[in-house]
Amino acid sequence: MNNVVITNTFRFIFLILLQVLLLNNINFSGYINPYLYVLFIILYPFNGNQTLFLFLSFLLGLGVDIFEDSGGINAAACLVIAYIRPLILRFSFGVSYDYQTIKFSNTPPGSRLSYIAILVFVHHFVLFTLEFFNFAHLLLLFKKTFFSGIFTIILVFLSLALFNRKSR
Amino acid sequence: MQQIINFLIRNKNNILFLLLLSVSLFLTIQSHSYQKSKFISSANFISGGIYSWSSNINTYFNLEEYNLRLLEENERLRSRLATYEDSLDIKDYEDTISFNGSYTFRASEVINNNYAKMDNYLTIKNGSRSGIERDMGVVTSKGIVGIVENVSPNYSTVISILNSNSKINAQLKKSNHFGTLVWNGRDPNIVQLTDVPAIAPVKKGDTIITGGRSLIFPKGLQIGSITDYQLDQSESYYTIDIELFNDMTNIGYVYIIENTAQAEIRKLQKLTKDE
Repeated sequence: MNNVVITNTFRFIFLILLQVLLLNNINFSGYINPYLYVLFIILYPFNGNQTLFLFLSFLLGLGVDIFEDSGGINAAACLVIAYIRPLILRFSFGVSYDYQTIKFSNTPPGSRLSYIAILVFVHHFVLFTLEFFNFAHLLLLFKKTFFSGIFTIILVFLSLALFNRKSR
Repeated sequence: MQQIINFLIRNKNNILFLLLLSVSLFLTIQSHSYQKSKFISSANFISGGIYSWSSNINTYFNLEEYNLRLLEENERLRSRLATYEDSLDIKDYEDTISFNGSYTFRASEVINNNYAKMDNYLTIKNGSRSGIERDMGVVTSKGIVGIVENVSPNYSTVISILNSNSKINAQLKKSNHFGTLVWNGRDPNIVQLTDVPAIAPVKKGDTIITGGRSLIFPKGLQIGSITDYQLDQSESYYTIDIELFNDMTNIGYVYIIENTAQAEIRKLQKLTKDE
């Protein structure tokens, strides 16, 4: 249990710093940035305390917001995906989630992809909607959500692959 | 009472969610309204410190470029100084028009710069201890950058001209027709000048400078050149695309302009409005 707390604390701080110091400066083709810090929300223990989880997700987003001067857009986006995560878990992993028996590393790749993709796209959509704050640039909003989302998903899978190899 | 407590405990996650969501939405709405101090900004001890630490490393990679820019600026200023000294033999002579000017310049370093979002901000390494205040203009040797928004003792945040809330008075260099400088959120090198009357002589390649109407920037600072323009639907105003002279994606060092007459003019304007 103690180990889990330490891992998550470290991951929390590391992901915020990685996001603000490195990933926010990529600006691939002008405007595409990955938001890898959602990895914290993806990997948070499935059987963890939901109240604490909501609160931590809020702090995670707020931490990024402070660095980006963006008000509360990351906090809101993180909070939304943390709130709907149980629903998506049930949708993606089916019955096994209800018994809390699943381990993230040995789930079928298809359901893992759907779980990560839904979380990432919802997060990005909320994030960019709040960032634009009007619907005059609807096309740009969808474009940004789509491309940044794909970038994030690729990075999430890459970091999962790295992470798993190390622990083996 | 028991039931209410039970209800609260049962729904504690939903209540927490709604509470935190409204906090974050409040912060978001506040960040979209111009001219309001924010509770949360990167001009604080922790994020300012981390940014200045990382920019200490990053500036080394751009030193050559920054040196070149300084050389260019020195060259321009020196040639201006030479012609100025030539034309004025009695330059030490004091009369009513040789005043100090009401603008003070301070140099600072950019430690964080965004340009890929809709609302972009910069963080600079000086704050209220160096005399920087809200609503001071920020420029480079090539053009304007933005306006100071939040100030902490050692750091300040700057609302970039690449921000949907930024509205700066600008005009054509040739004539005195002016408009509002805004950004449509697409290209970090192209900004838009709107509300220029259709009677203005607009031509591609013409230079846009700051107008003297705002109390923030002195008149005549260069901004960029016209690349494209079209009339709006009512055919009475132009919207002009301007290519910026300075590269907003690589800024480095900036000057902060203080208009020492600002308070006096504000007071006078307020007095006039009240009457």
